[in-house]
Order: sequence, then C-alpha cells, then structure tokens
Amino acid sequence: MRRKSLRVLGRAFGLWLPLAAFLFFALFPFYWMLISSFKANPELYNLRANRLWIATPTLEQFQELFRKTAVLTWLFNSFFVSFLTSMISMSFGIMAGYALARLKFPGAQAFGLATFITYLVPTTLIFIPLASVVQKLGLSNSIWSLVVTYPTFLIPFCTWMLIAYFKSIPKDMEECAMIDGCTRIGAMVRIVLPMAIPGVIFSAMFSFTLSWNEFVYALTFISSTTQKTMSVAVPTELIRGDAYFWGELMAASLLGSVPVAVLYSFFMEYFVSGLTAGALKG
Amino acid sequence: MGVAKAAEQPPANSRLRRFLKPEALTGYFLISPAVLLMLVLLAYPFVLAVWISMTDRVLGEPGKFVGLMNFLKLLRDPLFQRTVWNSFVYTISTVFLKMFLGIILALLLNQEMPFRNLVRGALLLPWIVPTSLSVLTWLWMFDSLFSVVNYLLLGAGLISKKIPWLGDPFWAMVSVIIVNTWRGLPFFAVSFLAGLMTIPKELYEAAEVDGAKRFRQFWHIMLPLLQPVIAVVVLFSTIWTFADLQIVYVLTRGGPINATQIFATAAYDVALAAGRIGEGSAISLFLFPLLLIAIILLLKHLRRE
Repeated sequence: MRRKSLRVLGRAFGLWLPLAAFLFFALFPFYWMLISSFKANPELYNLRANRLWIATPTLEQFQELFRKTAVLTWLFNSFFVSFLTSMISMSFGIMAGYALARLKFPGAQAFGLATFITYLVPTTLIFIPLASVVQKLGLSNSIWSLVVTYPTFLIPFCTWMLIAYFKSIPKDMEECAMIDGCTRIGAMVRIVLPMAIPGVIFSAMFSFTLSWNEFVYALTFISSTTQKTMSVAVPTELIRGDAYFWGELMAASLLGSVPVAVLYSFFMEYFVSGLTAGALKG
Repeated sequence: MGVAKAAEQPPANSRLRRFLKPEALTGYFLISPAVLLMLVLLAYPFVLAVWISMTDRVLGEPGKFVGLMNFLKLLRDPLFQRTVWNSFVYTISTVFLKMFLGIILALLLNQEMPFRNLVRGALLLPWIVPTSLSVLTWLWMFDSLFSVVNYLLLGAGLISKKIPWLGDPFWAMVSVIIVNTWRGLPFFAVSFLAGLMTIPKELYEAAEVDGAKRFRQFWHIMLPLLQPVIAVVVLFSTIWTFADLQIVYVLTRGGPINATQIFATAAYDVALAAGRIGEGSAISLFLFPLLLIAIILLLKHLRRE
C-alpha cells in the first residue's frame, strides 16, 4: 500500500508536474494568441474582465483584418513562395544528394563539405550584399527575389537529409536495373526515388516550413505591401507608429501560424524522425 | 557490374579521363544546379560583403576603398562595444538555458507515459510556428499596460508590483532571453531525446542492479553517451543565436537605449535603416570569425566520430 502511494507521488513529482510546467510554458502564448483574436476590443482591453477566457466570442477582429488589410495577398504570397521554393530545392536536393551518396567523382568530397558549411551560414552574414545582388538581377521588391534566394539555404538542407536516405537503400536493385539497360539517371528516378519517398516528403515539407517562416531576406528585399509574405507583413504593416491593434495583430498571427501547424500535425511522425535523424547525423 | 566497371577503368596517369568518366559526368550534371545557385547567391555575396565592408559606401553611392577603417572605427565605438557585450550575454545565457532545460525535458519525455506522441508534438510547436508571429504574441504578452505575464504573476502572488518587461534595460534583456529560450528549447529537447533513445536499455538496467542511484546513473552513463549530441546541438544553436535577428527585431528593436542591440539588429539599423552600407557590412562580418571557429570545431568533432 505505502509503496504504491510512494510510487504515485514519485510519478507526480518526477514526471507530471514538471511536464505540465513545460507544457504551460510552451503552449500559453498560443492560447493567448487564440483568445485575443476572438475578443472584441472592449473586452480585450478590459482589465477587470477575466482575461484568460472569452465572455463573448466574436469574429470582429478577422472581419476588420480582411476589410482593412491585404492579408489574403500576403497569405497567397507565402503559399506561392513556399510551394515553389520547396519544389525547386527538393528537386535539386534529390539530384545533388544522389550524386553524393552513390557516385564517385573528383571534387565530390569538397562539394559535400561546401554544402555542409553553407547549411551553417546564417542569413544575417550576407543579407546586405545579397540585397545588391538581388537588385542587379532586377528582382528587388518582388516575391521572385525570395524564390531565387531561399533555395540557397534549402538545397544544402535537402541534400544532407537525402544523402542519409539514399545511403540506407541497398545498391543491388539499381545495379540490376542498370545491367538490364537502365541508365544511371533512369535507375535513380525509377528505383531509388520511390524507396526514398519518406525522406523526400520530409525535406519538401520542412523546406516549405522554413520558407514560410523566413524573415531576414523577406524584410530586407521587399518593401511594397503587395509583395510581402505573412511573416514580414504582419509585424511591419499592421504596426503603424505607436498604435497597436492587438486583436487584429493576433488574428493575423493566428492565420499565419495555422497552415504550418496543420501541415506539421499531419506529418508529425515524419517530422520527429527526420529531425532526429538530422540531429544524430550532425 | 563488376566486369563492366573493370572494362571502363581508364589507363593509369590519365587525369583528364577521371573527370570525363560517365560516372563523373553524371555526378557533375547532378550537382550543377546546386553549385551554380550557391556560387551566385552565397559565395559571390560573401566576397562582396568583404569588399563592401572595406568601403565607405552609403545608400545610392558606390563609395571608395577605406581599408580596415570601418572595423577599427567600430572597435572604438562604445555603442558597438555594447552590441558585442549584449550579443555574448544573449547567446551564452540562452544556449545555457536551452541546454539545461533541454536535458531535463528530454529525460522527462524519455519515460513511459500515455499520449507521449501528443505531448511531444505539442512541445515542438514553438519551434514550428513562424517566429516573427509568435514573437508578436510575446510582445502583446509583455505590453506595458495589459501584460498578461504580469497578470499571471500578480495573480499567483509571485510578484507584488508590475515588471516593466520591455521598458527597462535589464528586463528587456531578460525578455529576449526568455523568448529565445522558449523558441529554441524544443529543438534541444527533441535532439537530446533522440540521443537518449539510442542508449541501449541494458546499460542502465545493469547499473540499477548495482544499486546506483538515478542521479549517478544519469551522470556517469547517460551524460557521457549524450555528450556528442549535446556538442553538435550547442554548436549549431550558438551560431544561430549569435546571428539571430527576428526575436530582438520584433520584441525590442534593440532598445530601450540599445540595451538589447545585438550584431544582426545593429547591422540592419546601420546598413538598411541609416543607409551606411559599408559600416553595416562590417558589423555583419564580425559574425564570420565566430562561424569559422564553430565550423572548425564541428569538423574536428565529426572527424573524430
């Protein structure tokens, strides 16, 4: 009896209480974002109301947001850029990853090292000169500047992710296919790629998330309202001077967060295992 | 395949042949898009950054060569010294907090429990959601008048008067450290958890038979085995935190009175807001030695494995 209650106590202090504290810390901001966006202004700024609950839920903030701002354009821009860049980076990543995993050629090691190092280069190291490169390419102030620059940090990521997947696939099958007259590229597309689907999905999805969340380049290269993506538009367009419309800001933040959260909830297992593989591989 | 390969084998001493083998040509073809993109949009801008940092370029004018003047001027500038100090405070404290809390969280998640995947998924959210948007929520939570953090702390009786989160130099630094820890902790915890799961169960079961206490079991068995993962994660995070822009940009814009100005926000302000591009590039380049050290450490570490 005593032993059992001791174990229950140990479990509470050794697991559930600290875990609950971590969960509260991680999730409270999202709860606050959620309830702030469904309150009308009188309730939002009423210090005497119960601030942790909604007395009268309303869609007012969303209506205002859609009426007054270009939020739909920003959402579209985010989707457009993220979709396109993740497709581009995944394709180039498959090519480069396969070459590094399977083919022997002079310079392969140097290229592998270079992609690894570029994966570490922070965007804030080169954002200033990159702005003038983008300008020379005639892309400044357009979402195309993001379509072109995002693959620079996505391709190294996809390449490294896919090398690990390709290496885990046995060589025998593609070698058989090649003896039967398949070319190298044919074997890659028909035999290896279908077996690496989980890795391909993970890198595409993760690239999508990284593009959707990117801030530094989008802030630097784009200044016109209609070309901005969510992550930059909300903090720069919705805050004017000292006036903060918190209800609208939270509603917009919610709209910008939901797509990646949904994507992530569908593919969580891929996500966690992919992240895990990445962390272990270093 | 073996026979075919032997037949293809080029005669000795022919270096050109090595580059022209079908396999090599296929390899170059496959990496060419990636190489091209990285040369034009990574290597070239980096060289350009070094060049611009040695000019007095301002917005709209090409500027002229001034050698290391920008760097020397910055090193003597009290505001830049403050920036360097802030960057170190910000990085060292957040990386330490993330590592410490990350180990605890990973140990918790490594236990058997119901809804384990759900809990793990929920804890990862801060890392998935766009940082600029979640930091806006923190900005609202730290609002001088309506701060819900103060509301909760006052309600729980943990503080007796409101904390001026973003209005006071000390608390502003505390705020950006809290938010960075909040955002980065999931990555640490999940990586450490992955490391913990590779430790064979027999290892600590054996220790339990010996009567080793749980803490000693952690200290002598888990920590040494976890050390490689910890090293890699800490190194990555150190680089990213030193170079971080968005958390400080959205939360404090480097204020109040430059109390939270760090490398990236200072570079942004000088180069893009004030238009002094040469000087701004020089500030950015101060990140480079740190990056170089991290890369060397990482390569050494990976080679050892």
